Amino acid sequence: MNSLSLSNISIIRGETPIAKNLSLELIKGQVNAILGPNGVGKSTLLKAIFGEVELAGGRVVYGETQLQDVALQTWRAPIGYMPQDTFISASLSALEVVLLGQLSALSMHVGEEVLENALQAMDKVGCLHLAQRDIQSLSGGQRQLILFAQVLLGQPEILMLDEPVSALDMHHQAVLLEHVARETKQRELITVMVIHDLSLAAQYADHLFLLKDGSIQARGAPMDVLQPETISDIYDVDIERLFDSDGIPVIQPKRRKESLDSTNPL
Amino acid sequence: MPLEPATISSALKSQRRLESRRWRMILGFALFCLASLILDVATGPSMLAPGEVLRTLLLADDVDAMTSVIVFDLRLPMALMALSVGAALGVGGAEIQTLLNNPMASPYTLGLAAAAGLGASIVIAFGGFGLPVTLAVPVGAFTMTMFAAGILFVFASMRRLSSEMLVLAGIALLFFFQSVLSLVQYLSAPEVSQQILFWLFGSLTKATWENLAFTTVVTVICTAFLFKDAWQLTALRLGEERASSVGVNTKALRLRVLFFVAVMTAVAISFVGVIGFIGLVAPHVARMLVGEDQRFFLPLSMVVGAAFLSVASVLSKVLVPGALFPVGIVTSFIGVPFFFWIMLSRK
Repeated sequence: MNSLSLSNISIIRGETPIAKNLSLELIKGQVNAILGPNGVGKSTLLKAIFGEVELAGGRVVYGETQLQDVALQTWRAPIGYMPQDTFISASLSALEVVLLGQLSALSMHVGEEVLENALQAMDKVGCLHLAQRDIQSLSGGQRQLILFAQVLLGQPEILMLDEPVSALDMHHQAVLLEHVARETKQRELITVMVIHDLSLAAQYADHLFLLKDGSIQARGAPMDVLQPETISDIYDVDIERLFDSDGIPVIQPKRRKESLDSTNPL
Repeated sequence: MPLEPATISSALKSQRRLESRRWRMILGFALFCLASLILDVATGPSMLAPGEVLRTLLLADDVDAMTSVIVFDLRLPMALMALSVGAALGVGGAEIQTLLNNPMASPYTLGLAAAAGLGASIVIAFGGFGLPVTLAVPVGAFTMTMFAAGILFVFASMRRLSSEMLVLAGIALLFFFQSVLSLVQYLSAPEVSQQILFWLFGSLTKATWENLAFTTVVTVICTAFLFKDAWQLTALRLGEERASSVGVNTKALRLRVLFFVAVMTAVAISFVGVIGFIGLVAPHVARMLVGEDQRFFLPLSMVVGAAFLSVASVLSKVLVPGALFPVGIVTSFIGVPFFFWIMLSRK
């Protein structure tokens, strides 16, 4: 159970190919980030690993198990997947939502230990104070924290997060991603997340995959992948690569010269 | 706004308090059902005092024969049938809404009730295929309801079909069965058409000890099976994708729930006719009171449904003294203003 590998997979959504003979390997104990412009199929790639989107070709293998060979429930058992959409229309308290993360432990009477585990998971990501609140009354960011606690509670071997911090403020982004990094190391998880913020990815991920046109355009350590020319090219925007005091790259998009001039008549 | 729990132990305590409050709520409605049952037995063409009803029920042989006949042979089966059918419709509505992720769904909106109506009307219009009418009509209604459920089953088992599509399929079925029902009525003689219309109203007067026992046993068994899936059903409310990521086999669950709900509601409406609205309103009341943790939501939908039909049964006898309205008319007539009231009073 050392790695999750995709070999030569192809995915077709409608007419457009999302992946063409794409291969990648995710190693245990590493945080992997999938990056790329809107609509290139980052979420679809996660869904394919989850078995929700069918493959047009190729294999997905975790340890000894191959996705296509086993029942979907069996395949999904070790995976903790947090979809991008956090909307929940149910009248459930935040605690009830988190509790569902360990579904198999729940019975008519929820025992002390089970309840405590759930509350501890909430405490860890800093959302314990929301426990009794109706999930529908929470903000998008608060829901992301709750759902992250839910996924953690399930004690997954594979952690798949689809834009887990898109609605969070800076503090909670740091709390959540710090947690992802720590849990990944401590529990030796295979972690893969889709994220839009390249600078955050550089800070928290060990390995980046840059996806466009159905294939991985660049892969490797943040320093190697976040080359100004590559990023400018793939995202079609002028950028500047800075470095923070720890020497971690920070990607700063720049306004084009002519638009700066036109908004500033002086 | 209560003080927000800051520690794990205080959050744990408030969760326990919440749980016990919810159990008390369910118990409260169950007691209300009991009170309504006694009132239901007491009311009718010859009014009995609730005390007398209690005495008759508890000390069966110590009362005069007349009262005993009224209570045991005439009114008790009807009054218990109200609770049993109300419970079945309440649970059925709650689980259909859960399954389809849609608060507007109920066995009625999925066309199950319309199918029952069609089945019954075919038997009334064209004869019972050798069976006695009292048996043939429920059998016809049941068969047609299960046929409708079978069609929904096929749709539900398609992997890529969303809940919204299933609701649409149900509504389409509703129109289809209604149009065939109208055709049957159009083609039959006026007195037959009248009979069909009467069946469609939904009335508890068709209750006997036998069909009461049958309905109750089926309702209890189906509810028990649904209850076993309580947590999985709660998880389903997070959406199919997330439910399956916490370990629910959503497709199997969907089919299982649809099966039990179909059997339960088909049996209930086969004996009493079409009683609308309870399947819609009972889950709403339950959801407002205890949320959607199915450990509480399911039993509360059940007792609220039972209480609702029982009260409607009492009202159907006392609204106009001496006249007995079909209870199916009363449920919506009383239920809709009540429903509007709770909708508007919601904070």
